[in-house]
Amino acid sequence: MSLAWFARRLMLMVYTVIVVSMLVFAITQILPADAAQSLLGENATPEVLAALRTRLGLGDPAWLQYGRWARHVFTGDFGISMRTSLPVGPEMLAALSRSLLLAVSAILVTLAIAVPLGVVAALRQGRLTDTGVSLIAYLGVSLPEFVTATLLALLLADTWHWLPATGYVSPLEDFGDGIRHLALPVLTVSLILVAHVMRMMRSETLDVLKSDYIRAARLKGLPERTVVFRHALRNALLPVVTIIALDVGYLLGGIIVIEEIFAIPGIGRALMVAITTRDLPSIQAGALIMAATYAVTNTLADMAYAFLDPRIRYD
Amino acid sequence: MTELFIRLMRKPQGFVGIVLLALIAAACLFGPALAPYAPEKIDFLGRFRAPGWQNWLGADQFGRDILSRLMVGARSTVPLAFIATFVGSAAGATIGVGSAYLGGRTDEAIMRTIDAVMAIPGLLMALLLVSTLGNGAGNAVIAIAVAFAPGMARVTRSAALNVRNQDYVKAAIARGEGAPWIIFREMLPNVMAPIVIESTIRVSFAVMLFATLSFLGVGAQPPASEWGLMVADARQYMHQAPWGLIAPSAAIALTAIAFNLVGDGLRDALNPKDER
Repeated sequence: MSLAWFARRLMLMVYTVIVVSMLVFAITQILPADAAQSLLGENATPEVLAALRTRLGLGDPAWLQYGRWARHVFTGDFGISMRTSLPVGPEMLAALSRSLLLAVSAILVTLAIAVPLGVVAALRQGRLTDTGVSLIAYLGVSLPEFVTATLLALLLADTWHWLPATGYVSPLEDFGDGIRHLALPVLTVSLILVAHVMRMMRSETLDVLKSDYIRAARLKGLPERTVVFRHALRNALLPVVTIIALDVGYLLGGIIVIEEIFAIPGIGRALMVAITTRDLPSIQAGALIMAATYAVTNTLADMAYAFLDPRIRYD
Repeated sequence: MTELFIRLMRKPQGFVGIVLLALIAAACLFGPALAPYAPEKIDFLGRFRAPGWQNWLGADQFGRDILSRLMVGARSTVPLAFIATFVGSAAGATIGVGSAYLGGRTDEAIMRTIDAVMAIPGLLMALLLVSTLGNGAGNAVIAIAVAFAPGMARVTRSAALNVRNQDYVKAAIARGEGAPWIIFREMLPNVMAPIVIESTIRVSFAVMLFATLSFLGVGAQPPASEWGLMVADARQYMHQAPWGLIAPSAAIALTAIAFNLVGDGLRDALNPKDER
């Protein structure tokens, strides 16, 4: 991993954030013919409309509006919420931390389930276990989050009363209760991710098992256990880093629905509230923070990948 | 074409997928005619009626027959997802092939920008667009199409890069053909296979995305019997009538599975060498 590659990757990340910020701003503020009207609705009085237009600077050319917004965002100032009249930035970042807790837990649970299942499916290719695992994977990717979430809530919270259906308790305040409240959302996210990671893990393991060095290890007379765990798994696990990073993008989208259903005050729910109450600064901040999180995670994953697999030479 | 179909039907997954698709298509075409009841027919004596001979899949909070609503609702779910995917794929494919044709720094710049756009999750992009354009099924279709275009562009471009170096494309350039001719008549027909596979699988995402938007209240609007909307409705009554929740969920899942299966089947049928 050369320094030049490192620098180039960082520049790509910055470029991504800039493009995303332009898009978010364009869609939310420039695209509507009159953003003030669409924010306040049909019944707004002309004075209020005029006041909002001045506040948002809607009279200025688009690039000037964007420049002003971007300059503030760059210094961490996302504006004042039109709903709560509080600064948007701190509120969104606090929400993001709760979402990240959910996301990281889900990824850990996913890895713990999906990696062994994928390997087992690959080792038993074509047999009943493999078919079963593939079927579950299919079901996992074919159910939208809101369906999985609702069905799980119906089963685990409503019928069997194992877990609380909605709400959020910070694990820092009450660890046990916090985990119990997190369990359903984490399970929902994991179910979908497991399907995805498991499929990849299966095909990666199959590929690696066909390679020459595995054949050599077998011919050498190594026990199957050593071949699988010490030789095959190491290489088969590598792409999982990339897949998890790509899934973070999916995760951030899915989190909007899941937080809405389970009433978790994370960034997804904050964004939904902002959209339904037409709180422009919050929409812009929420969308930008989500996309930036994705860009950063992806960059980190790329770097981790290059670090873990020295064979890879990007140039 | 027929040979491809036979090869697709020979694998169990392809067969199941095609059969499911045929059922869905039948529901879209003849749903309203075949449905046992009118989808909006209210029956207060039959509120929350359990599945049985009167209502095969049960009745909802107004005593409306769930099976009938599902059959009629197929029309307001599947075709729209199809259109969204088609528009998004067409736009994405054009960008992808165009980028591969231009090549060099332009290609690099286009692809890096596409990568950047893809940092916005599909659902977030769709939500942002719908919140700007206004709630409703039509705007949801536009939003999904826009959200799909960058991904399609990326897939198409990687396939088109190989085609770009083929002799027939070089010959066309040497003949002095214009860019539109080369992009649409020379290159695009030769990258159709990956585009068709990817789009088929994407229809299942579109169905889910569309249902999700309706579920969140920004897609199809009541009293439409769109499936995501039906799930959202039934959620409040899940104690009294869990079937109201399960039936539309199963419909969404089956549709998504059908397109997934056919997409995977097509991939196998078009690349017989790959045994995975």
